[in-house]
Amino acid sequence: MNEKAMRSQRKWQTIIWVAIIIVFTYLASDITNFNIIHGIATLPNAITWIFSNLYITPETLERLPKILEKLAETILMSIAATTTATVFSLFLGLMGSKTTGTSSVLGVFARLVASVARNIPVVAWALILLLSFGQNSMTGYLALFVGSLGFLTRAFIETIDEASHSAVEALRATGSTYFQIVFKAVIPQCLPQMISWILFMIETNIRSATLVGILTGTGIGYSFDLYYKTLNYNAVALVTFAIVISVIIIELMSNRIRKVIL
Amino acid sequence: MTLVEVRNLGKSYNAQTRVLKDVSFDVEAGEFVSIIGLSGAGKSTLLRCINRMVEIDEGKVIFDGHDVGSLNKKELRKMRTNIGMIFQHYNLVPRLSVIENVLHGRLGYKTTLQGVFNRFTELEKEQAFYLLEKLGIADHAYKRCDQLSGGQQQRVGIARSLIQEPKVVLCDEPIASLDPNSSEVIMDYLKSITKELNIACIVNLHQVEIACSYSDRIIGLSKGNVVFDGPSFMLTSAHTDEIYGTKTVEARKLVSV
Repeated sequence: MNEKAMRSQRKWQTIIWVAIIIVFTYLASDITNFNIIHGIATLPNAITWIFSNLYITPETLERLPKILEKLAETILMSIAATTTATVFSLFLGLMGSKTTGTSSVLGVFARLVASVARNIPVVAWALILLLSFGQNSMTGYLALFVGSLGFLTRAFIETIDEASHSAVEALRATGSTYFQIVFKAVIPQCLPQMISWILFMIETNIRSATLVGILTGTGIGYSFDLYYKTLNYNAVALVTFAIVISVIIIELMSNRIRKVIL
Repeated sequence: MTLVEVRNLGKSYNAQTRVLKDVSFDVEAGEFVSIIGLSGAGKSTLLRCINRMVEIDEGKVIFDGHDVGSLNKKELRKMRTNIGMIFQHYNLVPRLSVIENVLHGRLGYKTTLQGVFNRFTELEKEQAFYLLEKLGIADHAYKRCDQLSGGQQQRVGIARSLIQEPKVVLCDEPIASLDPNSSEVIMDYLKSITKELNIACIVNLHQVEIACSYSDRIIGLSKGNVVFDGPSFMLTSAHTDEIYGTKTVEARKLVSV
């Protein structure tokens, strides 16, 4: 096939793909009665509303200390949920990985726990746990814990599987015990990746904590919900702003840490 | 003194292919033995049967009077402390320092907790530095292993195996990823430690010429069978033809490069 034929084939491929996407979009919006044109047309109105209501006034700044207190509560809860989940995930990860797994039963168990915990969204966990633990920070903590456990176990299993198998073989050949191999060969190799996943989890948890907080009535999510329902939109703006700033700061910090360790 | 006895060893990973068939040989202390053969001839499997990194299916391996196949987990670990192993890809922990990697060789002599918390004795540390000095990489002791060149990393691998105070060192393609100069350095070290410490050294190689010039004895493997076993000067082109399955001189040259 010469260059010309290949180009024209590429061109047709592109055209066909674009056509397929357009047809699917049309069908999907038709079935759900969603009008794209209408949706786009209301955008200016929505933006106008946001700018005329969601702004921070000097009076609302008085509420700042209280909001910051709630924000700190949320961030600390996220960190606590992540760190405790890390400890359990580490063991589940070691059980689930092919490199370090000792028995297939434990491996299946670890993967099952990870899959159940991860495939039910954190919000759903919060609602499920709400029934047994009631509206308090314990519920929020547990919901984040379960979500993190699932995600981190999955991530750790993959990290350990990807880490080179060679050093494990070498240590096995020297007559090392299982835990010596885990602590001297597996963890040193996986540590940067693991820390990176833990930082990512903390970021994600701070974001989800806001949503979980709305449901469980704790932390910054509760403040958001309260001001929103009392139509205090200026305070809502302040809360949103505080969340955005803190997430950005945490992200910058963890990017910095990643750069240093990797 | 016979250190390693391999008796009618057979191994198959699946029902169709037998990787090793009825392999038998003895290795004495102080002997430098090369195992040559094509990729897939069963060299790596044979080597790993000696320290039971792969399970033995048929036959026996006797190391220093112990039947390797019948040892339990604890005995197997104890036996492995006496067998050093060197790998093609060095198999170091790249993020740890050279000295830490060398001390990994002592883990077999430690309890789990001593190992996990790095409780190495002063003597062991001195021994590690002595070996690094001897192998010419003492200057790099505190560097991370991934900052070293291939030849230097392989020397760390040698130090790690020697600190085990092994009776046998198994080398799985130790120079296959190295340039000719580093290869020579590594082979010289392997040769000299074999003589100095009076240990047995079993080396998998695919370069016939290097095998001939360094080893006392060559074992040729082809499709899982021993097709040659004798002193290296007795290896003729007829034998290499059989080992490598080549007939023409040109092809043999390609193989032996």
